[in-house]
Amino acid sequence: MTATSTPGAPAGVAGGSSASAAAPGAGRGPGAAAAVPAHTGSRATRLLGALALAGVALLVLYGLVWSPADSEMADSVRLMYIHVPAASFLYVGCFLTTVASALWLRRRSPGWDALAGASAEIALVFAALVLGTGSLWGRPTWGTYWTWDARLTSTALLTALLMGYLALRRLDVDPAARSSRAAVLGLLLVPNVIVVNRSVEWWRSLHQGSTLKRLDPTIEGDMLVALMVGFLAIGLVFTWLLLHRFRVAWLEYRSERLDLDAAVTDRRAEAAREAHRGASPTDPAGPATSPGTPPTSTSGATPA
Amino acid sequence: MWRDAALVAGRDLRVELRSRVTANQVAPFSLLVLVLFAFALDPDRQLLERVASGLYWTAVLFAALLAIGRSASIDEPGGVRDSLRLSGLDPAGIFVGKAAAVAAVLLMLELLLAAGVIVLYGVDASGAPLLAVTCLAATVAVASTGTLYGALVSGLRVRETLLPLLLLPVLAPVLIGATRAFEAALAGVPADGWPWCGLLAGLAVLYSVAGALAYGTLLEGS
Repeated sequence: MTATSTPGAPAGVAGGSSASAAAPGAGRGPGAAAAVPAHTGSRATRLLGALALAGVALLVLYGLVWSPADSEMADSVRLMYIHVPAASFLYVGCFLTTVASALWLRRRSPGWDALAGASAEIALVFAALVLGTGSLWGRPTWGTYWTWDARLTSTALLTALLMGYLALRRLDVDPAARSSRAAVLGLLLVPNVIVVNRSVEWWRSLHQGSTLKRLDPTIEGDMLVALMVGFLAIGLVFTWLLLHRFRVAWLEYRSERLDLDAAVTDRRAEAAREAHRGASPTDPAGPATSPGTPPTSTSGATPA
Repeated sequence: MWRDAALVAGRDLRVELRSRVTANQVAPFSLLVLVLFAFALDPDRQLLERVASGLYWTAVLFAALLAIGRSASIDEPGGVRDSLRLSGLDPAGIFVGKAAAVAAVLLMLELLLAAGVIVLYGVDASGAPLLAVTCLAATVAVASTGTLYGALVSGLRVRETLLPLLLLPVLAPVLIGATRAFEAALAGVPADGWPWCGLLAGLAVLYSVAGALAYGTLLEGS
């Protein structure tokens, strides 16, 4: 079974179906390790990657060359074509994490866990992108990199939430325990984001009247087209990254399983050898791949 | 569930009473934080008085981190969590009990810190009803959130370092709400503070319910 075919379907579906397929695969033993390819691409994702590259190229042309400079913000308006779509997909990533966590808690299939982790990771990348472009834009427009605007503050807190979630995921503990803890934390992610957003918004609105001047909401012509191209390109990049990250997480899960399977197979073979020892004392010692194997086989072999 | 909660809360508080970790370590630490704030901001009474609400709640959050870590670490040694899981107690009850014990400890610390703020920063405590209700709501919110996140990191080697990272962003709204409510009460305009109190009560309910629902999953998956 190749991993490229496993999650080839839309990520969510693959999670459910291949999780059940992994269980019978447990019997394959160490031999199956060779069947797992070392790459995460497939024909569909290569096409998607090419499309994403083309989209980014188009965005560069539209954003930097073809669209006009703003009358008030001049060239800094061009940052918006990355900033706004990245912010949108940041929220998409958080939403996906929460939904996948909820589904993991319901179905307990590892695909959902992998999806939750993958989308949170990409959401963090996008959060960094949003904060970076936002402060670059703020410098010429507001005269400062950072201001205690509601949006900025809550995005910073959202970044911290994502970092905490990923820190919990990265811990080297029992995978099952890690999954359930990560799922509970992921389930709380969107409620936390909403609570933080609302309260920060309320905090700022009480203290300084209206927030700083936002982007002019009426944009049209080439600028609107550029923004749409931005949404398209960033969306393609997001999807492409998500698919690949999901597959890496899936391969990680499989390799953890394979190690376990290899150990189990070794123990079984060893038990079978022990059983046949009386009949054939010149039993060749098996390859000592499992850490538990060498002491037992030598201690068994010495008296024989 | 409530009987189980009372049992667990009683146990936690008894451990606390006998070990005196809170009284001997967390309480002095929180007063020390108040003193350090004064060092950082210069002992200018007017400035300290103006920002006292914020400093007070920041100190409470720091103390709460320790109290929550302590509450989670009670269950670490000797497979106490396994015993809890096998005891047949309702997981929601265990959660409520642990959160209630943390809340009781926190209320004590808040009283102490309030005395500290009045003495050290020269704050006039006015608007007592609003202050009391704010304290209560914020304490329940902090205790329930903390117990839930404490369970998320329980049994991990990096527990002490991971807990603040997970907990502080989530508690930021509590800090905002409680500080604004205190400012309103101290400024003599309690009407401005009550909506913030509502926010705190909402957070308390939200995280209590979430914790009671999730605690079973966390207990079994540890």
